[in-house]
Amino acid sequence: MDDKVSIGMDSRRITTSQRETTRPFSLKKQSRLGENIIQGFLLFCGVLSMFTTIGIVIVLGSESIAFFRQVSIVEFLTNTVWSPQIDEFGILPLLLSTLLTSTIAMFIALPTGLAAAIYLSEYASRRARSILKPVLEVLAGVPTVVYGYFALKFMTPLLKSVFGEANVNIYNMASAGLVMGIMIIPLVSSMSEDALSAVPRALREGAYGLGATRLETAIKVVLPAGISGIIAAFVVAISRAVGETMIVAVAAGAKPTFTFNPFEAAETMTGHIARISGGDLSYASIDYNSIFAIGLTLFLMTLGLNMISRRLVRRFREVYE
Amino acid sequence: MTEKQTDTAQYTLVVRNMNVYYGAFRAINNVSLNIERNKITALIGPSGCGKSTVLRSLNRMNDLVNGARVEGEVLFHEQNLYANDVDAVEVRRRIGMVFQKPNPFPKSIYDNIAFGPRINGWKGTKSEMDDLVERCLRQAALWDDVKDKLKESGLALSGGQQQRLCIARALAVEPEVILMDEPCSALDPISTLKIEELMMELRQRYTIAIVTHNMQQAARASDYTAFFLMNDQRAGELVEYGPTGDLFTNPKDKRTEDYITGRFG
Amino acid sequence: MTTLNEDVKSGLPQGEASRRNIASRRRKGAIWRTIFLSATIFGLIALSLLIYNVANEVFGYVAIEYAVDPATLSDKPLDELNKDELVAVLQGNMRKNAFRTLENEKPMANRSDSEVYDLVVERVLKPQTLETWTLRDSWFNKAAIDAQVASDFPEAKLEFRSWISTSFLTTPMSSDPLRAGVRTALLGSLWMIAITILFAFPIGVGAAIYLEEYATDNRFNRIIQTNINNLAGVPSIIYGMLGLVIFVRTLEPITSGRMFGADSGNGRTIVAASLTMMLLILPIMIINGQEAIRAVPLSLRQASYGLGATKWQTIWHHVLPNALPGIFTGTILAISRAIGETAPLIVVGASTFIVTDPDGPFAKFTALPIQIYNWTSRPQPEFAHIAASAIVVLLVMLLSLNAIAVVLRNRFSKRG
Repeated sequence: MDDKVSIGMDSRRITTSQRETTRPFSLKKQSRLGENIIQGFLLFCGVLSMFTTIGIVIVLGSESIAFFRQVSIVEFLTNTVWSPQIDEFGILPLLLSTLLTSTIAMFIALPTGLAAAIYLSEYASRRARSILKPVLEVLAGVPTVVYGYFALKFMTPLLKSVFGEANVNIYNMASAGLVMGIMIIPLVSSMSEDALSAVPRALREGAYGLGATRLETAIKVVLPAGISGIIAAFVVAISRAVGETMIVAVAAGAKPTFTFNPFEAAETMTGHIARISGGDLSYASIDYNSIFAIGLTLFLMTLGLNMISRRLVRRFREVYE
Repeated sequence: MTEKQTDTAQYTLVVRNMNVYYGAFRAINNVSLNIERNKITALIGPSGCGKSTVLRSLNRMNDLVNGARVEGEVLFHEQNLYANDVDAVEVRRRIGMVFQKPNPFPKSIYDNIAFGPRINGWKGTKSEMDDLVERCLRQAALWDDVKDKLKESGLALSGGQQQRLCIARALAVEPEVILMDEPCSALDPISTLKIEELMMELRQRYTIAIVTHNMQQAARASDYTAFFLMNDQRAGELVEYGPTGDLFTNPKDKRTEDYITGRFG
Repeated sequence: MTTLNEDVKSGLPQGEASRRNIASRRRKGAIWRTIFLSATIFGLIALSLLIYNVANEVFGYVAIEYAVDPATLSDKPLDELNKDELVAVLQGNMRKNAFRTLENEKPMANRSDSEVYDLVVERVLKPQTLETWTLRDSWFNKAAIDAQVASDFPEAKLEFRSWISTSFLTTPMSSDPLRAGVRTALLGSLWMIAITILFAFPIGVGAAIYLEEYATDNRFNRIIQTNINNLAGVPSIIYGMLGLVIFVRTLEPITSGRMFGADSGNGRTIVAASLTMMLLILPIMIINGQEAIRAVPLSLRQASYGLGATKWQTIWHHVLPNALPGIFTGTILAISRAIGETAPLIVVGASTFIVTDPDGPFAKFTALPIQIYNWTSRPQPEFAHIAASAIVVLLVMLLSLNAIAVVLRNRFSKRG
């Protein structure tokens, strides 16, 4: 990039010296080749992300079309059996276990994350914040495969000892969901805390001035005022849970099963994609195409959730900024 | 200067030798001040002189500032607000506050008024609450503007209306004193005038202390005036306190005179 | 107490009732405060449990059975022997032909001390793990362990083992957990990250500059911005699928290295994984970069323009140097994300068993998280020990990266 700068300056020097023969200087517009090249490169960088999205849509779309030539969309969306060996391609078992693990995760992450956000934003002293916030940040930085290990080696034995060895499968959705919930707490708490901190101080003072306690101020004034930001955090959290792969791949099981029992093994959408693509897979097989149909479903779900979330955040900002 | 007064019957709030610190910094130096019952007392002075700090110390709003500490006494019904066994929540219910920028809650107009009574253990029926809301809005001269849109958000009102909503909200918890921290600084002249008229009305029922940076407002709309100034250590001090008419026409302290004449040109 | 609204009956509690009302509200407040605090501390507990569970598997007793008792090999402990003595041990306990084969492969004189030591272990001692214990058991139930070893494995030796060690870091993958290491995975991760940064940094910073300094507020640029925000929320496994189709299959002639004369058979190479990771971390890098650039005060730009600088000169000499600490911090955070990502690597096709060091961008490779995933999935308890050890290696890498980010942030935020 350094070269480009000097090119830009050189070209200018040449143009000015040419003009010096006729006039002492010129205020006319000069074309700066170097600047244009750089701007072109920067534009390319910005536009590259568009290609990524287009790439995702084309890749998922075209492979899915190949899949849906052989399997009808209706079957894909309504069949409760996913078993490529016998040509059964119903996404419901995968979708169900994705939703089950995500729901369990949300039961942990949403209340805990929100309560932590309230504590950090409304109660914590500067000292307490300086200790607790980094802990949550570290928790957010732990790779998901490590959480997978934690689910399989800690949460599953714990569940077995609480609910009985025989009642809990070694691979089960509850374990994966609970640990996923722990993983998502920092996301919920940091986004919710942002929402709560953005509520103007004046509103808190207004409540205190009427004789409200700290709790009443937090719950009845600050929380309602920041609610759209908090819901946005919740929606992003759901999207994270739906898209999470490694925890479920390690701990939830490797067989698509249509079951509502969280203590049974059942493969999720992401877990299935990881397992199938991890094996030696022929690019021409319907198995290969099928994971793209699952991927497309997953992509549309998370995209929808993220768009809802951002709309909520924007509405929240419009009120206070 | 104020004469030493111990008779609290005449005075709603008696401030004795108050010092306020932010961490190690002394923001207020030895202020003593008696606020008369059912009168409007204006706190004036150049910016940074600590008038807002004094006001916020009168209902323990300074508790909410990290590192803030108040020394001395503020007597209210012969009880020191800063005694160990005094509950700040109870204090703030009895001594209400209206802030510089209108800060209605993002709730309906009705709920803005009902909020205070509800959290403070209101024991009435729905229709009694309706009555209370109406009464407070009437007292704040807002009823006619909003009676048809009580369910609409308080944020939908104009700035002046919002401020009157905040006053109505403060009245709903039946305070004895209303502290106003530059309540008109964010308002246009017409809204300001309305608030001043409202203060004159409310004076019959409530004791009012108001901080203002606008000397004309103090001269127009107050019974007593306290003039504050920063000393050499940047701590706020009370320079002169007396009936508004006296202080503006016949200031005893040279500094007060300078300030008043300087401002009035 | 005088109520000033004497004309109307007050619905608010007065006197004693008021005091009771406040006391009960205070109690409620205290209870909820405790609940909120507990929720916050829950994170700390979860983190401690996680670390405890990892540490618990990293150290502990191991019952090992040797083909030859190490004590009979020499009168000194094995690890105190020098190389010549080790060679003598080797010579004395192997068949002549076998020893000669080794000598032909690489003369003993050319092998390092530790290589010879490893040979002694591998060819003479032939250790076999019979049973392993966790740190907690080793600590609190030593007596029970002793008893169990005495009754079940009378031939075995009980050793306290740290599964993580220098040899764990420096030996390649092996199917025997006692001898397995993360060397290949570590190198694979480092190669991948290096190439990822090489691509992602200029493009990420470039895009951030474009969006903050050049892009006007029009429809086109708004779409780009929205698109980047959307991409940041796409699950990582989707990036893996994109990488599989584009980099592994479509661009196979490039990513397999065939165009550069380094054919590795197919596109499942380091460079394919790096490009996938680049797409994954670009949105994060761009968003962080934009924030850093936005934080540079406008006055600085105006001062530069006022001296007749062009737009790019202003950016290069004034905006970027001031935004750089923020950009670096953002980059480090993005890298930490890439180091720990597993799902896209699985889909792109990182190998799970590979023993040769990666020798360039077109090599087949494995990576630390892949290794952890693979070992965690094995049911045998020995693999839990090495999975935990690999986790320690990964976490230490991430923590050091984050420490660098924190130092950078503090150093530069003080200066600003």
